[in-house]
Amino acid sequence: MSENLIEFNNISKFFGKVIALKDVTMKLKKGEIMCLLGDNGAGKSTLIKTLAGVYKPDEGEILIEGKKTIFDSPKDALDMGIGTVYQDLALVSLMSITRNFFMGREPIKGIPFLKTFDIEKANKIAADRMGQIGIDVRDPSQAVGTMSGGERQCLAISRAIYFGAKVLVLDEPTSALGVHQASMVLKYVVKAASEGLAVILITHNVHHAYPVGNSFTVLNRGRSLGTFNKKDISREELLGMMAGGEELDKLEVELKEMNRLNS
Amino acid sequence: MSEKAKSIASKKILGQDERLQKVSKLKLLLNRPELGALGGAILVFIFFGIVAGDTGMFSAYGMLNFLDVSANLGIIAIAAAMLMIGGEFDLSIGSMIGFAGICIAIPAIYWGWPLWVSIIFAFAMAVLVGYFNGILVVRTGLPSFIVTLAMLFILRGATLAITRLITGRTQVPGLRVLIENDPIAWMFATDTFKWLFTWLGSMNLIALRTDGTPLATGIPPSVIWFIAATLFATWILMKTRYGNWIFASGGDKNGATNVGVPVGRVKISLFIGTAVAATIFATIQVLDAGSADTMRGNLKELEAIAAAVVGGCLLTGGYGSAIGAAFGALIFGTVSMGIFYTDVDTDWFKVFLGAMMLIAVVFNNYVRRRVTESK
Repeated sequence: MSENLIEFNNISKFFGKVIALKDVTMKLKKGEIMCLLGDNGAGKSTLIKTLAGVYKPDEGEILIEGKKTIFDSPKDALDMGIGTVYQDLALVSLMSITRNFFMGREPIKGIPFLKTFDIEKANKIAADRMGQIGIDVRDPSQAVGTMSGGERQCLAISRAIYFGAKVLVLDEPTSALGVHQASMVLKYVVKAASEGLAVILITHNVHHAYPVGNSFTVLNRGRSLGTFNKKDISREELLGMMAGGEELDKLEVELKEMNRLNS
Repeated sequence: MSEKAKSIASKKILGQDERLQKVSKLKLLLNRPELGALGGAILVFIFFGIVAGDTGMFSAYGMLNFLDVSANLGIIAIAAAMLMIGGEFDLSIGSMIGFAGICIAIPAIYWGWPLWVSIIFAFAMAVLVGYFNGILVVRTGLPSFIVTLAMLFILRGATLAITRLITGRTQVPGLRVLIENDPIAWMFATDTFKWLFTWLGSMNLIALRTDGTPLATGIPPSVIWFIAATLFATWILMKTRYGNWIFASGGDKNGATNVGVPVGRVKISLFIGTAVAATIFATIQVLDAGSADTMRGNLKELEAIAAAVVGGCLLTGGYGSAIGAAFGALIFGTVSMGIFYTDVDTDWFKVFLGAMMLIAVVFNNYVRRRVTESK
């Protein structure tokens, strides 16, 4: 039972008459990367916010290490070790790497009422953590705005891990990135999982998900089409399952038709 | 092991990062937001040194004159800068100065309150006004530009109406006699380092009056408050957790909220800060002049914001410095006083000021983009 780090059993969420999620079930072990696939409007965002404690599910239960849990607030989820990295990353590009890394959770030192932000310690930890990912931070006081998109994503992930995430929820971590940057982020995600974290990778890009995922859950219009182990399913089958798969097939046929007429 | 590798290894043992050695002190300075204001201040001093060097502008008396003007503006400019870094504006600073002035004068003169109670009363009102500004901005989500613009009119109007209602006039004189022996007023009304000026006078190093006392009697209270405010604000911004929250709240409100920064509380406290700074300004002026005037502080909010912008603050928040705002205020004060020592018609003062501001902002923008955006 407690073999699964996190379990979602038949989770449903309604907004008035709209069924945002219906009977979604997912299980995740330590060291596992599960990719949550779905087209726009499939319910990915609602599921993330349920995971992060923003929404409470209307039906179903969430188990963490076998124990039934209800998140009352995002902070609750954070305290239980669910680290969510949103698409906007919650990074301030005008601020330094260190100041971003410890934003809202600054280490302090000194006597009561005159406590100061321990910036030396913070700089050291930030540089150290970025070094572990292989990002060469010459100066942790440089602004985040000077970093590449992939580096920023890695910084946000690294921050979530440092502050105690056991389950890492990543919302579209590669959607805004080029191939090189995306592969850098995915490499880091695999490394994090190999160190014992469970990762939920939310994406609509099967090509990014397939190489790194151990299992795949496909969402379509608020319902789960099931969870598949990598050995049981091919990239093409996954793509076909996501809403839009048929449409892509149709598009292919139409394009062929056009080519035939043109030639 | 080669020599170079050895030296790198030894630095590693010492806990230093050998790659950091490349960054010199000068380069760090070139990356700071206050660079433009610092350079501007130096240019202004060089300019007046050349055109007005022999006119008495840089005598002890002349320097205290422009330092006093700069310091008064600096007190509110620093608070305005902190609020701007936190992502908001306060256009009601000038009206708050007038309001705080009569909050001191009317109770002290017409209601017979001790002066120190009136001063505390004025500060309590400032906290209320600042809190009200802050809670309105945070709760409604309206731009602070609009909310505090409304407060600009409300406070100025209320100041005028209340004063005329109670006193029948728009000025309240007669405060000077109350300053003596007051337990608080001395903090806003005493020149310090008098012994230094007496000594300098006795050594014939500074100008004397005909009775043998020095022309410049001491450092005015505004300068002490100004220096204290600059140090305190810089300490907060650079060295405390609250300072980090100010940058975060102004840089990205949603991001900051998502990682647990109490953005609302931070902003409200900064609005209280500008109102309190306006009251410090008002107390010093009212006690210096011995009277309160309903029109005091008119347009000061714009000067404070201008000084903050010259000092490197970004209008959209998240970037800036208190030291920069201090230098911005110094530029304003020096130019506004210095122009009297030159042959230039003082009508040109604002043209000069506006041009300075434009140059500083263009330069600051260039520095900021170089430092915070990827190449």
